[in-house]
Amino acid sequence: MKQKHQNPNTNPTTSSGVTTDMRVIVPLQGLVQGGGSGLVLGSIIPCALFYFFQLYFKSKNPTTPPPSPSSQQPPDITPPPAGGLERVQSIRSIWSPRGTNGQAQVSSRASLVIKQPDSPYYVGLEKALVDPYHGLRNPDGIIQLGLDENKLSLDLVEDWIMTHTKCSTICQELQVNGITNYHPYDGISDLKMAVAGFMSQVTEGRVLFDPSNIILTSGVSPAIEMLVFCLSDIGNAFLVPSPYSPDLDRDIKWRAGVEIIPVPCRSSDNFTLSTTSLNRAYNQAKKRGLKVQGVIISNPSNPVGNSLTRETLYDLLDFATEKNLHVIANEALAGPTNDKNLEFVSLAEIINSQDSEEYDRKRVHIIYGLSKDVSLPGFEVGAVYSFNQTVLNASKKLLRFSSVSSLSQRLLVSMFNDSRFVGDFIKINRERVERMSDLFVGGLKNLGINCMKTSHGTYCWADMSAFIRPYSEKGELELWEKLLNVVKVNATPGSCCHCIEPGWFRFCFTGLTESEIPVVLERIGKVL
Amino acid sequence: MAIDIVQPTVGLSKIAVSETHGENSPYFAGWKAYDENPYHEIHNPSGVIQMGLAENQVSFDLLEEYLESHQEATSWGKKVSGFRENALFQDYHGLLAFRKAMASFMEQVRGGKAKFNPKRVVLTAGATAANELLTFILANPGDALLVPTPYYPGFDRDLRWRTGVEIVPIHCESSNNFQITPEALESAYDHARSMGMKVQGVLITNPSNPLGATIQRKVLEQILDFVTRKNIHLVSDEIYSGSAFHADEFASIAEILESRNYQDAERCHIVYSLSKDLGLPGFRVGTVYSYNDQVVTTARRMSSFTLISSQTQFLLASMLSNKEFTEKYIKINRERLRKRYEMIVNGLKKAGIECLKGNAGLFCWMNLSPYLKEATRESELEIWKTIMDEVRLNISPGSSCRCSEPGWFRVCFANMSEETLEVALRRLHEFMDKRRNEEMSLLY
Repeated sequence: MKQKHQNPNTNPTTSSGVTTDMRVIVPLQGLVQGGGSGLVLGSIIPCALFYFFQLYFKSKNPTTPPPSPSSQQPPDITPPPAGGLERVQSIRSIWSPRGTNGQAQVSSRASLVIKQPDSPYYVGLEKALVDPYHGLRNPDGIIQLGLDENKLSLDLVEDWIMTHTKCSTICQELQVNGITNYHPYDGISDLKMAVAGFMSQVTEGRVLFDPSNIILTSGVSPAIEMLVFCLSDIGNAFLVPSPYSPDLDRDIKWRAGVEIIPVPCRSSDNFTLSTTSLNRAYNQAKKRGLKVQGVIISNPSNPVGNSLTRETLYDLLDFATEKNLHVIANEALAGPTNDKNLEFVSLAEIINSQDSEEYDRKRVHIIYGLSKDVSLPGFEVGAVYSFNQTVLNASKKLLRFSSVSSLSQRLLVSMFNDSRFVGDFIKINRERVERMSDLFVGGLKNLGINCMKTSHGTYCWADMSAFIRPYSEKGELELWEKLLNVVKVNATPGSCCHCIEPGWFRFCFTGLTESEIPVVLERIGKVL
Repeated sequence: MAIDIVQPTVGLSKIAVSETHGENSPYFAGWKAYDENPYHEIHNPSGVIQMGLAENQVSFDLLEEYLESHQEATSWGKKVSGFRENALFQDYHGLLAFRKAMASFMEQVRGGKAKFNPKRVVLTAGATAANELLTFILANPGDALLVPTPYYPGFDRDLRWRTGVEIVPIHCESSNNFQITPEALESAYDHARSMGMKVQGVLITNPSNPLGATIQRKVLEQILDFVTRKNIHLVSDEIYSGSAFHADEFASIAEILESRNYQDAERCHIVYSLSKDLGLPGFRVGTVYSYNDQVVTTARRMSSFTLISSQTQFLLASMLSNKEFTEKYIKINRERLRKRYEMIVNGLKKAGIECLKGNAGLFCWMNLSPYLKEATRESELEIWKTIMDEVRLNISPGSSCRCSEPGWFRVCFANMSEETLEVALRRLHEFMDKRRNEEMSLLY
């Protein structure tokens, strides 16, 4: 159906609609349109098989088809009958190589991204963005508990910036330091030194970080993506303990085209990672013909919030050594800990310690993010710490695609050099986070919802399994949907985090003020 | 040039160990020579003068003046509402105020001849990221993008390295001032097809880097017709649009689309950045502007990998939406660049060197082909090396821009003071004189 002449300079249409069925389309589209590109087919076929088996073994009630997008899209797909094979045939007949109306095609990668609205994670985020709660201006809006953002201590940062940055300073900076000129893409050395110092502080001095092993990126996601590009080719795979942050699906798969093999962790072990499950996942990958290049962990874990024990870290390194894999440790959330008894151990500490000759340093890469820790959302700064010179060299060149503005870097250098401010900030921020955590988690408990005891502060991992019916992903998503659309609270359901046990939800509470907590708790109570 | 890569025990990707970053080419080797022996008018008057870096420093004083007289622009807004609302996390939509400011600035640069909708502006950390992002979106690994030669050496890396997409050149020749012809377009397309590659689009830079010239309106129409006929995309990198010496000599693809009532506009995408026109490369501000809804949505989501910090957005938003300032800046910047261009072209002429007639950008396209021993790439590199070692000027050889004819060089003139430019011209003059005398003496 040819699109009539519409002025495309008007607002772009936003796709909407939740249907997890559409996920099957993507790899199949690639099959039909692949046109002989071996690499694409090589990665798409395992994807297709994976989704096919998913459909076949899961019993899902058919969902209503999504509202049909603009007429420029190929025709809409009807929901599948049970049994995947028939569906494969019918899809093939609908797709044609070049779109039905001569539209220039986008890449398979882009198609993957366009289908993303299916995920409740993104649906929730978008809705909350459009209709955000505000105590006075929009009291019926959606309360955002799905974004891990710490706004509790923004005022401290605000004050500091007001008093420390004047126009004249900036002008001087601009001229003298050539702040506006091209500078090393991997970050100015002043900031690297400041970051190294800060990272040492987080490990309470147990590790001394060498600034020359640090590179700075415009956030945690580019850091992860960049490492994945350096450590694996398209179609390779990484083992990732689940539940894991929904962002990882994007960071690893979208552009790098690398697969994630989840390593399920269970509440019965407090979601601890075990060598047994790592081995099982590794063997599964092998059976599927996927080459595993490494393991990606987050420590403290997102979304569960627990810190990995020293023992687990050693087990992980043993496993990685045995299978000759890389380990990427996302320690971006390390920082304010709730319970000083729950010790945070950085992988850097283990690698650096005396008896670590058995572990090859070149396989360990640590990611650190300033945004969350020092509560500087909007600054978009991440850091990668690696001992692998080849990775560092390649990353430095790759950073032209995601480097930090010199303005932000200069600001951060000044801020970090003000050690009194940093010390005060960490202390006050920690207190505020603890307080919010007590209030929120305590409030949930009063509603009969228990949370995982964690060392990390800015979110909680809540067990709502008693309140879902049936006890399945479907039940969980129904609860999520009620929370979002009925009582207008956006939380992240465990299925988006690939948790194999239904009923878990991640609530991020540091975007709230204290007075908003009772409001949220009341709303949550209504759907139980 | 082989590199000793110590093989680590754990495997790395092909991307990590490949040479596609291209940093071993002469283009970058020259930069190294400059880094080791940089010119300074007092401390190192015989050092290497950097003429290989396309940076705009001619209008910096205007920025300074603005910042000094607009204190509130840098105080991050009023305390209560400004900071908190603007310190947004992971919001790849970007500050609306900044997107509006970018759209408005882009309109101004085009003299109001095209309208831009802020909702189609996707922010990236620099044009480098914008070009790579579009390539990820428009093409699969192994597909081809057609790019007219000579082109910016960085494209080999930006468009190919991580994306796995290929560049197939559209050959342009000096006989018609390196303009793109329909024949050349067809020829490149056929060549790609014969190599088994699917062509996904054409990427042009307008005004052109390294030619320093705008693409004529008629040629733009032909290119648009070509991509429509082949049903492929068109990316127009207009990063130098504010650096055209005369506003009316630059025609943006946006204008052509508007004049066609946006028919088939969904295949067109524009890349822009503040690095060249405003001389702010360090701020890492780029944008993808697309007329295609799917591309806008996808680019926006993928821009999570390349966000601009909100402080930067905030600072620039107020500056770019100050129409009085931007109008004045654009006008004066164009004027100063034009003067610089005339200065260098006249200076080169006196030295017996011709340049392509240019009308935009931060560089000129110099023709040394009459002085090559042979019409080969090797001779070109020989002369390039001589100019580097003896004249101590770092200029960019045409071969690194994939120019099909040897002997052309890109010479940047906006990243230095006028005095330094005079020194450079003087050195070149002396060098050419010496050469001529040597040749004369050989004859006798």
